[in-house]
Amino acid sequence: MSAQLQFRDVTLGYDRHPAVHHLTGEVMPGALLAVVGPNGAGKSTLFRGIVGLLKPLSGSIARGGVGVHDIAFLPQSADIDRSFPISVFDFVATGLWREVGAFGDLRGRRRARVAQALAAVGLTGFERRAIGTLSGGQTQRMLFARLMLQDARLIVLDEPFNAVDAKTSTDLLRLVKQWHAEGRTVLAALHDMDLVRNHFPQTLLLARGVVAWGCTAQVLTPDNLTAARKMCEAFDDDAAACVEADTPRAA
Amino acid sequence: MTFDIFLAPFTDEAMRRALVAIVVLSFGSAPIGVFLMLRRMSLTGDAMSHAILPGVAVAFLLSGMNRLMMTLGGLIAGLIVAVLSGLMARVTEMKEDASLAVFYLVSLALGVILVASNGSSHELIEILFGDVQTIDAGALCLIAFNTTLTLCALAVIYRPLVMECVDPLFLRVAGRAGALAHLVFMAFVVVNLVSAYHALGTLLAVGMMILPAGIARFWSRDLSRIIPVAIVSAIVSGYFGLVLAAATGAPAGPSVVLMAGAIYFLSMTVGPAGGLVRRFAPGRHLEA
Repeated sequence: MSAQLQFRDVTLGYDRHPAVHHLTGEVMPGALLAVVGPNGAGKSTLFRGIVGLLKPLSGSIARGGVGVHDIAFLPQSADIDRSFPISVFDFVATGLWREVGAFGDLRGRRRARVAQALAAVGLTGFERRAIGTLSGGQTQRMLFARLMLQDARLIVLDEPFNAVDAKTSTDLLRLVKQWHAEGRTVLAALHDMDLVRNHFPQTLLLARGVVAWGCTAQVLTPDNLTAARKMCEAFDDDAAACVEADTPRAA
Repeated sequence: MTFDIFLAPFTDEAMRRALVAIVVLSFGSAPIGVFLMLRRMSLTGDAMSHAILPGVAVAFLLSGMNRLMMTLGGLIAGLIVAVLSGLMARVTEMKEDASLAVFYLVSLALGVILVASNGSSHELIEILFGDVQTIDAGALCLIAFNTTLTLCALAVIYRPLVMECVDPLFLRVAGRAGALAHLVFMAFVVVNLVSAYHALGTLLAVGMMILPAGIARFWSRDLSRIIPVAIVSAIVSGYFGLVLAAATGAPAGPSVVLMAGAIYFLSMTVGPAGGLVRRFAPGRHLEA
């Protein structure tokens, strides 16, 4: 089976400063991968690279035939204008964009699918509410409903359970596991190690570079976590050009 | 008769034409204004209205008070400024509002110098403030054409534009539709400013966009209602503005904008969606 995501010596960053440095590895189709690491480890940067929002400074990311239309992305702090006068139903229905485009009909079967997605996240009855009236947890549920409708093969979730209560977190985790069971590839950046140990079979421990990557039990060892914590958050304006960038590496 | 004050002005053909121009203009400018406001770009519209001036001025120098040429000139200048400032924002660290400010100021200064050094002060005033009562059949057709194009374009970009407003990152991941919708939208901001400039002049052109949008925001929290309310407010402002102009002898364009301003303050006071009365006297709280 060919990889869903293949990182070939990829370096991602901003203005020539790397945030993820020389990452090489593969994510197989249908994987449920937790990406963990301290703040500043490069998790969000890696995700932005995966979904095509950030071009690698060097190296490459192959998406195994998955086009941008087949990726669903939940950013860490969704850049939503909550004051915009749009209802929860209409907002969630934007998840059908790939299918309906500018003119596609949103009645009948598609309307029922939006209602099903809202029901799956426990937001039935909120359809006509303006998005600005939702609480933080409800907003996260709404974003998950939209992810469901996107029906993507690759789902990338950046800290999806941040600032939500235990019940919401449990409900949303159930959806993540359902996506995994359906054979979709799911990547999630997380900070709750217990949650990762209990529900994510594979983990990438990131600290600007790979500290460990593989089965969760073998990755989340005290030694590895200590090594990740010692990560240098250096951002040096006068740093020299990276020599490794010139050295060819095996994929 | 009591109603003479409301009907008599429109026995004059120029006034009837002015009214038709404003009604037609309302159908294009008001929805554009709603999106400008929702994208927090109200002042961008204002800046763009200044940016069309040098194009109008160059056309004026080349062909005198020829409305078609001046329209084309304004359109070209506006589109150049919109594209250049958008481009600057993407290829440099400058934000779009800052680069737009730079371009429109340069553009405005250039336009005023061009007109002032070659025209009479009366012509300068007409370009800056417009004169809706001098709109001829050609200009009317041009406004109608622009409005038709605007409505067609809005129908095509409506969904991506809404998505781009409410969650821009979503469309950036899903493809290029958001950037394209933004570009088309900005082009139609310019098209409508050029239309409105005939009626209200370059300085007040944005009035037919932003004021009706602001009025509508106080009456509804639902986009599908905000747009029609904005169109109706623009038409009502236009009608009463012309009546005011006829009754007082004031210039028509500023009277229309002033009337829209009056309706805005009324809406701000009594509007059910965040108006002052609702805010400070909300009534007893509800059970759920």
